[in-house]
Amino acid sequence: MAIFKEGDEIVRELSFSLAQNEAFDEEMARDPRVFIIGEDIGEHWGGPMGQFRGLFAKYGAERILETPISETAMMGAAIGAAATGMRPVAAMMFVDFLGVAADELLNQLQMRYMFGGKTTLPLTILAGIGTGVSAAAQHSKSLFGWLIAIKGLKIVVPSTPYDAKGLLKSAIREDNPVIFLSHKMLGGRLTSEIPDEEYTIPLGKADIKREGTDVTVVATAFMVHRALSAAATLQEEGISLEVIDPRTLVPLDKQAIFDSVRKTGRLVIISEEPRTGSWAAEVSATVVEEAFDYLDSPIKRVCAPDTPVPFTPGQEKFWTPDEDDLIKAVREII
Amino acid sequence: MNIEKDRLIDMYRTMVRIRQFEERVSKEFASGNIPGFVHLYIGEEASGTGACAALRPDDYITSTHRGHGHVIAKGGRMDRMMAELFGKKTGYCKGKGGSMHIADTDLGILGANGIVGAGIPLAGGAALSARMRGTDQVVICFLGDGASNRGTFHEGINLAAVWQLPVVYVLENNLYAEKTRISDTYKLTNLSDRAGAFGIPEVTVDGNDVIAVYEAVQVAVEKARAGEGPSLIECKTYRIHGHFEGDPQTYKPAEEVEEWKKKDPIDNFRKRLADMGVLTDEDTGAIDREVAGEIDDAVRFAVESPFPAPEEALEDVFA
Repeated sequence: MAIFKEGDEIVRELSFSLAQNEAFDEEMARDPRVFIIGEDIGEHWGGPMGQFRGLFAKYGAERILETPISETAMMGAAIGAAATGMRPVAAMMFVDFLGVAADELLNQLQMRYMFGGKTTLPLTILAGIGTGVSAAAQHSKSLFGWLIAIKGLKIVVPSTPYDAKGLLKSAIREDNPVIFLSHKMLGGRLTSEIPDEEYTIPLGKADIKREGTDVTVVATAFMVHRALSAAATLQEEGISLEVIDPRTLVPLDKQAIFDSVRKTGRLVIISEEPRTGSWAAEVSATVVEEAFDYLDSPIKRVCAPDTPVPFTPGQEKFWTPDEDDLIKAVREII
Repeated sequence: MNIEKDRLIDMYRTMVRIRQFEERVSKEFASGNIPGFVHLYIGEEASGTGACAALRPDDYITSTHRGHGHVIAKGGRMDRMMAELFGKKTGYCKGKGGSMHIADTDLGILGANGIVGAGIPLAGGAALSARMRGTDQVVICFLGDGASNRGTFHEGINLAAVWQLPVVYVLENNLYAEKTRISDTYKLTNLSDRAGAFGIPEVTVDGNDVIAVYEAVQVAVEKARAGEGPSLIECKTYRIHGHFEGDPQTYKPAEEVEEWKKKDPIDNFRKRLADMGVLTDEDTGAIDREVAGEIDDAVRFAVESPFPAPEEALEDVFA
């Protein structure tokens, strides 16, 4: 994948899916207990974003386990294997499908707590999220608000290939259940420079994707890119946005958000999910409770409307928060 | 039948432990010493005992909401289980789980489960893990007649069948799913007939005959250990108490209860052991008294143990 850039320096630019692919490969090579279980991840496909391509050829059917269309059995098997010494990666394809394995998520993942700390569950769940491809209500959700309500689960939402690789490696090494959410719209042309040498990114550490002085924008996944684009537009008017990407919803790097709000005095949260019961609401409430004195104006949430996700492109675009929605919110508080 | 004497005696002792443990739990619950819900296994002792007798110490079980008997049969400690039921810090789960979440992973007990049928997919995962780690461990998945109408039953057993995983499904058919008769939820007479749908062997046994259960499960365990895949064994038995303690049981005909009391698994096994010359009435009486002492000790341990501090509720969420 190496491409030449200016001068003699060779830089590896990888896509979101290939960065994840490298993470899987490195972690499977590093630890024989790591395996991937899911639907259509093997010989004939490689997953909806191609992130599993080549792994079957290298690791075989013993470690790339293709299941029937049985999400309940798959999630349950991953939990059972994690409780007995393995480190499974369960590929759920789309986050919407978690509904089919809801008991495993709501009632079985909490084994460690229910057993009084006796068990560890080193389990990574992979799921695609987001709108953008007219996949309609059953293949487009992000479910952040729903997922943060599940206790005992860490939640990773990367926005760049670099972050995706480093966070995925950390997720697989975690001794806790982690869900790793990949936004569909990040699977395309977006690339990051990926170093040759190995690296990991700790869970719970936000990244400032753009420094600014006037308004803090908290964004995750594809919304980070929309926030950066809005920031470029507003910069021309002399309004400076600081874009904070928490990268993990649980644990949440609250301090990074507080520090930014202390500097800017203003906060907008852009999140691709319906407003009511959203993760954005939780961030807003947290800042009000713990950092209210830093605020010079009301917090704004830029979210989707309280409806299921529509299919037709015009409606899907209307539903999904974008640069214009964000710019409008910023103007209301500046 | 060719079972060594010591094993028969162990099975008798285990059944008596389960019976006395449960009878004591019933009393302690009625006295208000045990919070929450408890679901008792009285009348079903033979199936858990016979099944676990076919396992090695390093084998696994997944259990159900009616799990105290499975835990005792797999070698779990009655004092720590009783302490857990009392909500004490010395309990198996430090008071965080209670009756429906008793687990001892060191003994391969992967947990009771408050969700009916939830253990079925977990058992497949433990079996997959055993195979991937290159061991020949086997998993017994206990489930009830109610669980066999859940989607987990179909997904979980199908996956185990396709992958030839070392699981033995022990379906304890006690005739009632909570308060609903099995005849209202099944068109089949033998629930084990569903095994055919997954292409795995089926066996139906008298679940109140500990020897019959042991022999059937032993065959299935050996198959599983040899890599020949899962089996489904239906143990026909009866739940003498209600779905939960305090259940008025208006749905059970009195003559049915009387009929099943005549098939009491412990009384019948005691007679059989006497006939076989394994244990005299005097011997079994001595065992019964020893177990009564163990139960008293377990309750004393539970009563004398401290409750966990309230703020310890914040611990054990993440490793």
